[in-house]
Amino acid sequence: MTTIAYREAVQRALREEMRRDPAVFLFGEDVAEAGGVFKATKGLLEEFGPTRVFDTPISESAIVGAAVGAAMMGMRPVVEVMFADFTTIAMDAIVNSAAKARFLSGGEFSAPMVVRMSYGAGARWGAQHTQSVEAWLMNVPGLTIVMPSTPYDVVGLLKSAIRSPDPVVVLENKQLYGKKEDVPDEEFFVPIGKAAVRRPGQDVTIVATGYMVDRALSAADALAAGGHSAEVIDARSVLPLDVETIVGSVTRTGRLVVVHEAPVFGGFGAEVAAAVGAQAFGYLAAPIERLGGAWSPIPFGQVLIDEYLPSEQDIVQAAQRAISA
Amino acid sequence: MLLTRAYEDRAQELWSKGLVVESLHGSQGQEAIGVGVCYGLRPDDVIIPSLRTRAAFLVRGVSVRQFLSGMLGKATGAAKGKATAHHMGSKDAGILLGSALVGSSIPVAAGAALAFKMRDEDRVSVCFFGDGATERGDFHEGLNLAGVMKLPAVFVIENNLYAEFTPISKHFAGTSLAARAEGYGFPGVTVDGNDVLAVYDAMSEAVARARAGEGPTLLECMTYRQRGHSSSHPPTEGRDPAEVESWLKRDPILLFKAELAHRGLLGGGALALIDASVAEEIEDAVRFAVDSPLPDPAELYRDVYAPAETSEAAR
Ligand SMILES: Cc1ncc(C[n+]2csc(CCOP(=O)(O)OP(=O)(O)O)c2C)c(N)n1
Repeated sequence: MTTIAYREAVQRALREEMRRDPAVFLFGEDVAEAGGVFKATKGLLEEFGPTRVFDTPISESAIVGAAVGAAMMGMRPVVEVMFADFTTIAMDAIVNSAAKARFLSGGEFSAPMVVRMSYGAGARWGAQHTQSVEAWLMNVPGLTIVMPSTPYDVVGLLKSAIRSPDPVVVLENKQLYGKKEDVPDEEFFVPIGKAAVRRPGQDVTIVATGYMVDRALSAADALAAGGHSAEVIDARSVLPLDVETIVGSVTRTGRLVVVHEAPVFGGFGAEVAAAVGAQAFGYLAAPIERLGGAWSPIPFGQVLIDEYLPSEQDIVQAAQRAISA
Repeated sequence: MLLTRAYEDRAQELWSKGLVVESLHGSQGQEAIGVGVCYGLRPDDVIIPSLRTRAAFLVRGVSVRQFLSGMLGKATGAAKGKATAHHMGSKDAGILLGSALVGSSIPVAAGAALAFKMRDEDRVSVCFFGDGATERGDFHEGLNLAGVMKLPAVFVIENNLYAEFTPISKHFAGTSLAARAEGYGFPGVTVDGNDVLAVYDAMSEAVARARAGEGPTLLECMTYRQRGHSSSHPPTEGRDPAEVESWLKRDPILLFKAELAHRGLLGGGALALIDASVAEEIEDAVRFAVDSPLPDPAELYRDVYAPAETSEAAR
């Protein structure tokens, strides 16, 4: 076992996959010489050299668009969109080119590529550098989207993403880059589409993504102190969604709270709630609780950010409402 | 220029103390561009500053108090504490909202110029952006549109030779950014961006063209970022100290002082008087910003849409 930070987990996954497969390469803005603004790609230029790890101009559409072309020609590009908010610029390449390459060529072409991006509020970067974009992308057939919340999952999911035959978006949470964990030294993978039960419990199921998993776990501690046992599920993949694990949990607890950073309306929680409503309706003992960012652009300034994001207290209260319903 | 410089230095200090809570993109060394360009404009013209055009806010009349309060995340700052100061808009000062997405303001500025042209107003729209922004597709699309429609716009490149940690030579294989204008059918001009009078002269010409209905101009101002990309980066990260040194000698404030002295315009302790009034204005703003309240959490839910009364009226 070795203790590594979330950002080092990104480096490790890339290093292992680049050593294994010469077709894997990395590019984006300031990913090479500077090692990324969050230092998540530090050291890779030194090991793999400037033909496989390089910096690009400030051209998000060209970065992702070029990845699509290279992927269709047999390469395995990993590109970085520095802040997930900038996907708006690369949206055409992701949605219209990458996600549809296989379908529109009847399977002759495909775009096996990874688009990594940092997302999430918490730090004071303002409305255009802190959004959670999973719901913008969840409505696109052909895409896969993962949101690792631990260093272990970053390694395992990023490696799986790189080996995926189709395009995968990896959403890395900015608040988590410094988070540390012991991970095995031998190679391991985390399968895409499998949720993780982070804490077993009987009274209520809390499904969370990314940084909200940590808040859900603290909320579960607080609930335990009050005599309630919460099961915390980390969705890990939002597309495809592990409905089986979530529904299985709710059939035991009868109560569901979903929490994410993006606004509730049209958010990931809606899909979870709909799946549970469709498959575990008879088991529900309380209305489903959905928590997410406020219906507002993400503010600058801590007071307003605290108001914006679901807090541990918000999760505890939602769980208590469900339990006492 | 002195006010802007003093502001930047003081803001950096406040950032180190944890009082300024937004990431600072220091404009030290680039002040002459915002000043020279904005003095070439009328109050009814509009501008969109880049992440680094601090001088433009102050020249156009945004108060140091409000600007600094914004950087402290206070209710008296940009958008009542909801937005970062460096991209703030101000209707009174004729400053359109900037974007934190480098380059995204370029088509927006073209749109403001379009509104002026459609209404037959002789106003001008100015967009400031770094050399890095010219790498965006929006640069091409915005300039092409402005060229085709002969819009009253001036596009100002603050070419400080770097984008974050990368020198321009790694981002641009050509030799002149100004030369790109030719492909859009309007003039591209390169000026010494550290010479405030040269910037002013070039701007005045561009504005005259725009007002006369002759279309846009691309104005490339050559300058140098004296500090790191942002407050969290060391000043010379990834740069040759000799290069930094040579540009410090061409500091725009030094150059302008020398020019004024040469013209005999600095008599009577003029500089000391300016320095004193600058210091007073800055310290007043620091007190104001520190004493200002944090935003009310309910502020988060305001201004997402028009207030209910206005939407009712529209129906
Ligand atoms: C669309 C977009 N891509 C990337 C970034 C991250 N970023 C912020 S500033 C910057 C460099 C900008 O360089 P330049 O336009 O030359 O301005 P300078 O910082 O040199 O003044 C980058 C890449 C961003 N804000 N927006």
